[in-house]
Amino acid sequence: MTVQTALPAPTTRSVVVPDGAPTRGRAPRGNRLLVWVFLAPTVIGLGLFSFVPIIGSFVLAFFRWDIISAPEFIGVGNFVELASNPTVRVSFLNTISFVAVAVTLQLGVALLLAILVQSRMPEWLRTFFRSALFFPLVLSAASVSLVMSYLFNQEFGLVNQILGVFGIGDIGWLTTGFGAKVVVLLVYVWQNFGFTFLLFIGGLAAIPREVYEASSLDGAHGWSQFRHVTLPLVSPTMLVASVMAIIGALQIFDQPYVLTRGGPGDETRTAVMVIYESAFQQLDFGLASAIGIVLTVLIIVVTAIQFQLSKRFVFYG
Amino acid sequence: MSITSPSIAPVSETRAITAPHSTPPAPVRGSRRGLATAGKYAVLTVAAFLTLAPVVWTLITALTPADVETGQANVGLGAFVDVFQKIPVLLYVWNSALVTLLIAAGQMLSAAMAGYVFARFDFRGKRLLFGLILATMMVPMQVTIVPVFMLIRGMGLADTLLALIVPMIPTAFGTFLMRQYFIGLPPELAEAAQIDGAGPWKTFFGIYLPLAAPGLAIVGILAFNYHWNEFFRPLILTISEQNFTLPLGLVTLQGNLGTGSVSTVLAGVVLSMIPAALVFVFGQKPLREGLTAGVSK
Repeated sequence: MTVQTALPAPTTRSVVVPDGAPTRGRAPRGNRLLVWVFLAPTVIGLGLFSFVPIIGSFVLAFFRWDIISAPEFIGVGNFVELASNPTVRVSFLNTISFVAVAVTLQLGVALLLAILVQSRMPEWLRTFFRSALFFPLVLSAASVSLVMSYLFNQEFGLVNQILGVFGIGDIGWLTTGFGAKVVVLLVYVWQNFGFTFLLFIGGLAAIPREVYEASSLDGAHGWSQFRHVTLPLVSPTMLVASVMAIIGALQIFDQPYVLTRGGPGDETRTAVMVIYESAFQQLDFGLASAIGIVLTVLIIVVTAIQFQLSKRFVFYG
Repeated sequence: MSITSPSIAPVSETRAITAPHSTPPAPVRGSRRGLATAGKYAVLTVAAFLTLAPVVWTLITALTPADVETGQANVGLGAFVDVFQKIPVLLYVWNSALVTLLIAAGQMLSAAMAGYVFARFDFRGKRLLFGLILATMMVPMQVTIVPVFMLIRGMGLADTLLALIVPMIPTAFGTFLMRQYFIGLPPELAEAAQIDGAGPWKTFFGIYLPLAAPGLAIVGILAFNYHWNEFFRPLILTISEQNFTLPLGLVTLQGNLGTGSVSTVLAGVVLSMIPAALVFVFGQKPLREGLTAGVSK
């Protein structure tokens, strides 16, 4: 029986460990059957529902196909179409500007609140604040968006009623382009900052307190301590958090779909919404696949750039 | 990169403490430190209020539906009764529960089996296979949805609940998580079991699987949380109303009502929040660990 060198103490804090030294030869016969039977569901399943579709998407991007008639090869026609189609262009611009603002906001808010929650306070208060702040994560984005669509309603929404008390006139939150963009942004960040917040709490908890004591003795407090101690030491977490936040935000769909259906006009239409609309409303499956591939390439490029930049800015003590 | 250069500045009496873990003396009333502490609690309280207020407002509105004739708000469960009359809520809840629980169970079992093999056995091509499995996590679901939709149609599963369940049972992330977990369990157990005459199957199902329960809980809770709430896939893969899941049904209800009773839609939202809230209360630790797993250093 071949056995990996085990690591001490089962922890679910996932640390990617390299495989133990590979043991000689193959598993004995009785085990070999077990190996293949145990791998089958995952390997066959991912092959069928992940690998084949990825390749399928690539192939399909070069065809015109409406599911009814036979697929027709059109080369880069779909890519030419998506570059020149104003709706597709606007939706990508919307998505990119949304990602820039949403991720900045999400990281800033999450880092500030994580630092405050991790500072000195009674344990029960810390637990309360931590729980309250990540609660939205367990709700459905569709339900949250429904609730928010009522809160931001122009005539009877609570937000405008409260603003009215302060003499601010009724704002067309979901009926004007700028207002709709702001609401989609706020609703998205409201629901998702908790994830980034949890990551930062983990990162901050790992900083040894001696570092703070030492820097205090050196006369670093408040801002300078944040700038020269906290920030460099959470920078690895910052990198991971920003990569994940960007990947998530690039795929935004539920909030604009439920809140505005992409409107008014194309003001809140996003890349994934256009994938959905071109495939399942206009039955242009080739175009939808091409847009999907552009989005995937965008995700890979942005992630690669971040890891390149991180070499200059991330501090691994 | 240097941590602060030692400065010769005199240590002032009033230090703002925003640094975690610092141990200041008791706050002096009226000093800057007192202000900093007050500011800290003010910011956190406002943040917690903004986070919880929409949820509380949803509950209140669902419990105080306005009378159709008079417009008078009455406290009661009228809106919940209304939801059951307007849409087949029980059917949606049943669909959501069936889909979510079967995916969670399927992911727990398949991820445990694959993770176990990757953690404890050697075979040719193991690293490559594991790398390919992890690579599938990089591609967004929206990109593969069109071919998946066609595969589903080709399998004759179009517009069935199985279309929502089957593609989601294999899980790369779950496999990764369970592999980590099994690596952490002592290999001596297998040797002892072998001496006692237990075969490889019995060793897994009788010894290792029960020990991996905490890891399984994480996989199950994450799957439950994600699929109970998901909207995009059901929107595409279900066509007839009898296969709708709860989030889909609620959005449809809102569309049908237009400016109808807000309380009715929100009563439905409250119903959909109950399982999520239960997971939050009883599964908070595994949920937190799962969300940040594979990310922490």
